[in-house]
Amino acid sequence: MNARFARALLDPGQDRPAGLTGPGGAPAGRRFDVYRNNVAVSLTEALGQGFPVVKRLVGAEFFDAMAGIFLRAHPPQSPLLMHYGGGMPAFLETFPPVAHLPYLPDMARLELALRQSYHAADAAPVDPARVTALPPERLPGLRFRFAPALRLIPSAHPVHAIWRANTEAGAPRPEPGGQDVVVLRPGFDPAPHPLPPGGGAVLAALMAGATVAVACDAAPDCDIAALFSLLLSGGAITEVEASP
Amino acid sequence: MFDLPAPSQLPAYPGVGYKPQHFSNIIDRPDPVGWLEIHAENYMGDGGRPIAQLRALAARFPLSVHGVGLSIGGEAPLDRDHLDRLKHLVGWLNPAAFSEHLAWSTHDGAFLNDLLPLPYTQATLRRVADHVDQVQEALGRPMLLENPATYLEFAETEMDEIAFLSEIARRTGCGLLFDVNNVFVACTNRQEDPIAYVDRFPLDLVGEIHLGGHDTDRDDAGLPLLIDSHGCAVADPVWALYARVIARGGAKPTLIEWDNEVPDWPVLAAEATRAGRILAAVPA
Repeated sequence: MNARFARALLDPGQDRPAGLTGPGGAPAGRRFDVYRNNVAVSLTEALGQGFPVVKRLVGAEFFDAMAGIFLRAHPPQSPLLMHYGGGMPAFLETFPPVAHLPYLPDMARLELALRQSYHAADAAPVDPARVTALPPERLPGLRFRFAPALRLIPSAHPVHAIWRANTEAGAPRPEPGGQDVVVLRPGFDPAPHPLPPGGGAVLAALMAGATVAVACDAAPDCDIAALFSLLLSGGAITEVEASP
Repeated sequence: MFDLPAPSQLPAYPGVGYKPQHFSNIIDRPDPVGWLEIHAENYMGDGGRPIAQLRALAARFPLSVHGVGLSIGGEAPLDRDHLDRLKHLVGWLNPAAFSEHLAWSTHDGAFLNDLLPLPYTQATLRRVADHVDQVQEALGRPMLLENPATYLEFAETEMDEIAFLSEIARRTGCGLLFDVNNVFVACTNRQEDPIAYVDRFPLDLVGEIHLGGHDTDRDDAGLPLLIDSHGCAVADPVWALYARVIARGGAKPTLIEWDNEVPDWPVLAAEATRAGRILAAVPA
């Protein structure tokens, strides 16, 4: 019964399952549609809450229709709706009606990252002085551990500027060009920040365990001082290890 | 069966479903609310504000953990990962009660995010009792099982709902969570008398009561079709049923559930006050 019920719930084109009744043995009819509606509406709402900027960019009506297609192809695989929508960026990349918005998949990645960051484990950041007070010659040999709430979203689109323009009154107009974004959560509120040019490649290498010297090879022109200032002020670094 | 405390250690006062927007209201002046209920699945992240708020609330209030995703009424085996997550949450929080629904929500790995109905047969009875046993064993405590709000019936059903729930409780030692709004919704939808239902319900097994709002619609034949929406105030006939339950069964921990279109704190607190007046009229 569960299988027939579940298939008919997710596919409005399917007949309602047999053996379901209303009072007096009448066919269940619209009574079954209450469940259909609950499933579709509640998951559409969950997606709308999870991707508010994507929703704003495409419009609420379009988003809800698109969510209806997404949720039928990708129903949640866990009762933890806080994680629902992990397949949205890949879905948007191949959904022809949004092909004219090439930055949309990265916006979905950014919104997923914000949600993951919100629920990530707490971790005490290091005192920034542990890095800033070191003699400059020690810096190249350092490795770091990062807060579980940190997320990196490299992008070939001005995704941070577009995010700001859709969440902040009076935000500057986005300019063309790629922007690597880092999500930092100094307390409980995650926020996205644009990285200096090349910062995405350097941070990715650092997160993989590279020393500063090795990580800088990924983008030699990157403004390392600006990158560390951002990471330290955002509580992103939880351990500093000096190479032997 | 369990040689353990009763399935509910909640006080016989009004409680409310906790919403983060009410955090400071509750911390500043919780009156008349004596305890809080949380949805288990919202507190299964690794950290951040939700867990920090929950720790702060647990230090001040008795808590009830209410699961909405275990699919106890499903045909599939229970999701062991989810059971482990529940065990972790219940382990560190040590709530005054843990409850879940007589319903299913997961099939073939897909979580459908609704409390879906099941037929009441000997086969489903055995399966639900097995699942309740597994939950109680994993959590090391007895649970409460909630009567559902349903919109349709199954031709294959062979037992009535009260007999089904009573037998689950007898076999497993679980208690029952009595949702009086669900009674009103399901009985109206079945064209049955909700008063007769509450008068037959085994109130000695009830460790917690739920009161919530419902929406009103019509089916294809024009018959009333009530929908358990939790998006408005408790309806007057549900208050009347509740008063009848309390007069017969004595004061019970009573939760106001308002999950959608969540109102400002004073509106929610007023609903809790109304429950509190009914509770105060009888001995605990």
